Amino acid sequence: MSKPQTKTIKVDTLARVEGEGALYVKLKGDRVQDVKLKIYEPPRFFEAFLRGRHFSELPDLVARICGICPIAYQMSAVHAIENALGVAVDPSVRLLRRLFYCGEWIESHTLHVYMLHAPDFLGYPDAIALAHDHRSTVEQGLRLKKAGNRIVTLMGGREIHPVSAAVGGFYKVPSKSALKELTDELKWALDASLATVRWVSGFDFPEFEQNYEFVSLSHPQEYPFNEGRIVSNRGLDIAASEYEDNFTEQHVEHSNALHSVLRGHGSYMVGPVARFNLNFNKLPEVAKQAARDCGLQVPCNNPFRSIVVRAVELVFACHEALRVIGEYEPPPAPRAQTPSCAATGQAATEAPRGLLYHRYKLDQAGLITAAKIVPPTSQNQKRIEEDLWHFVSEVATLPTEAITWKCEQAVRNYDPCISCATHFLRLHVERE
Amino acid sequence: MSSRIRRKPRLAVFKFASCDGCQLSLLDAEDELLGVAGAIDIAQFPEASRAMLKGPYDIGLVEGSITTHHDAQRIQEVRRQCKTLITIGACATAGGIQALRNWKDVDEFIRVVYATPRYISTLKLSTPIAEHVPVDFELRGCPINKYQLIELITATLAGRKPNIPTYSVCLECKRKGNVCIAVAKGVACLGPVTHAGCGAICPSFDRGCYGCYGPMESPNTGSLSNQFHILGQDNAEITRAFRGFNAWSWQFRKAGEESERT
Repeated sequence: MSKPQTKTIKVDTLARVEGEGALYVKLKGDRVQDVKLKIYEPPRFFEAFLRGRHFSELPDLVARICGICPIAYQMSAVHAIENALGVAVDPSVRLLRRLFYCGEWIESHTLHVYMLHAPDFLGYPDAIALAHDHRSTVEQGLRLKKAGNRIVTLMGGREIHPVSAAVGGFYKVPSKSALKELTDELKWALDASLATVRWVSGFDFPEFEQNYEFVSLSHPQEYPFNEGRIVSNRGLDIAASEYEDNFTEQHVEHSNALHSVLRGHGSYMVGPVARFNLNFNKLPEVAKQAARDCGLQVPCNNPFRSIVVRAVELVFACHEALRVIGEYEPPPAPRAQTPSCAATGQAATEAPRGLLYHRYKLDQAGLITAAKIVPPTSQNQKRIEEDLWHFVSEVATLPTEAITWKCEQAVRNYDPCISCATHFLRLHVERE
Repeated sequence: MSSRIRRKPRLAVFKFASCDGCQLSLLDAEDELLGVAGAIDIAQFPEASRAMLKGPYDIGLVEGSITTHHDAQRIQEVRRQCKTLITIGACATAGGIQALRNWKDVDEFIRVVYATPRYISTLKLSTPIAEHVPVDFELRGCPINKYQLIELITATLAGRKPNIPTYSVCLECKRKGNVCIAVAKGVACLGPVTHAGCGAICPSFDRGCYGCYGPMESPNTGSLSNQFHILGQDNAEITRAFRGFNAWSWQFRKAGEESERT
């Protein structure tokens, strides 16, 4: 019997992800020998330099962890500080924060669906090449992304690193009439999102299902953004303050990266698919119907269908934005008063890519003495590698270039944000 | 014009230590992106494309600061590959927020964040690109202004000087018709020493400018520090104000260190 040929799939720079990562897969014949998702993004030490800064500076500082989802960092931070200091926000502020998050989800999900993930399914290197053949589709994506960015810009002054978020509320809140001006574009965006669901659900999906533990926030009445308990499909049901009792970070020697695991359970998935599976009944009817019409099952166990789930969440976010704009009355004051006292607070919110946990410890003067930030990509990283272990063996007979592209696509199912991930990942820069 | 079909200029985007936000600005130019892509070949832009064409490139956009030995070497190669090298954003032009390590013991930072310090390879300082290689133009901002980026690319292709003013945020703020929040409300505002470009966003949102575009040309930081004292800020607060996203720019570094010493 001849010795099976050893093949190494190497992607030195993972493209169409946010940040710098690499992928190594080693095959012997069609058997997987090794899978490594390497993070070589340099560390920036956020948790270290946040010490000594005042809590009021946090929304501006932590935004810079990620240019794609700055609002998620701002929201987890302000909620953690409000929990520490016992600050209650006005119901209108709460609504505005949902709207702010809608803007970020629309912008981030559209970026991923149209520009980062769809090209994989259609065989293009990028959205610009896709636009040569499907210009009107790409233009629809750009306009939809812009609709999300318009919400963020109106509320925060600019798309990236908006300036309005504050502990207790906002520096300045929009007027009712300013928000109303978004209505027509968001109505268009809702229709475009429904068209997006129809478009992406027609793609070819690999037959690939796994048995996942899904983790997301869950709120009694709402599809989750800023509040709720952390739940899973296997019985987890905890408050954010119990996060560190239940989740731990594991150092896996071969991957040189820190993996988040659920104690006693192992890897888990956060993000759109987890949220959708755990909160389907909280979606508005228009989003539920869009999911049913395209044959999306609950639970969805095929990570390649995450693109369809993201599109369904786009429908939700546009619908929710319109609802908030319809209900909004400006709060009596843009933000609540914040006392200063020594305290510790935690919070988790739903970033576009999934659960984002923050913990801060403050001294008497309101200066931060300890910080912990666990982004979604760190939590998904172990699960991404496990998907690859199973998925690669199913495509191992394809030519190397085809396997490589398929593996990249499997990584992009998670919309990984490596820039975020690096602020906590224990990484190993290989020296040669 | 020559009868030969002219080759489209080639653009490449490179990332060092950063949040990805400045390169995202290019994708956030939703109305202009396809037009830009029609005028130039985007030869390398990993955040957006898996097609990675080899250099040389006509324009290289560099995001991020230098924080590792590997990156200090990589930027040399990037410079060799790019006819015009443009740095985009506070990380690339001033070292970014990660330059806060420059006043601290980085080994202690590593121990705080990472449980296995020996796996971390990092430099003691986070430094801007221009400390390593010559840079043709530095575009400021955390994040950059996408319209300034388009103007800069257009000007570079046309061989003209880009229209990117170096005066302070105050001029933009006045032009917007804002009432000065420092004067009217006593809010500490870095606008008088900060490079224009954002459109005076923070004062328009009832808060002081926090200096994310870095120092303007010839800022009078000493005078502003005095004004902050008058407004009731202590030295620690003034130091923190200058120790933001452009902390390592020499003007803000000097201002922060002066208030730290006093």
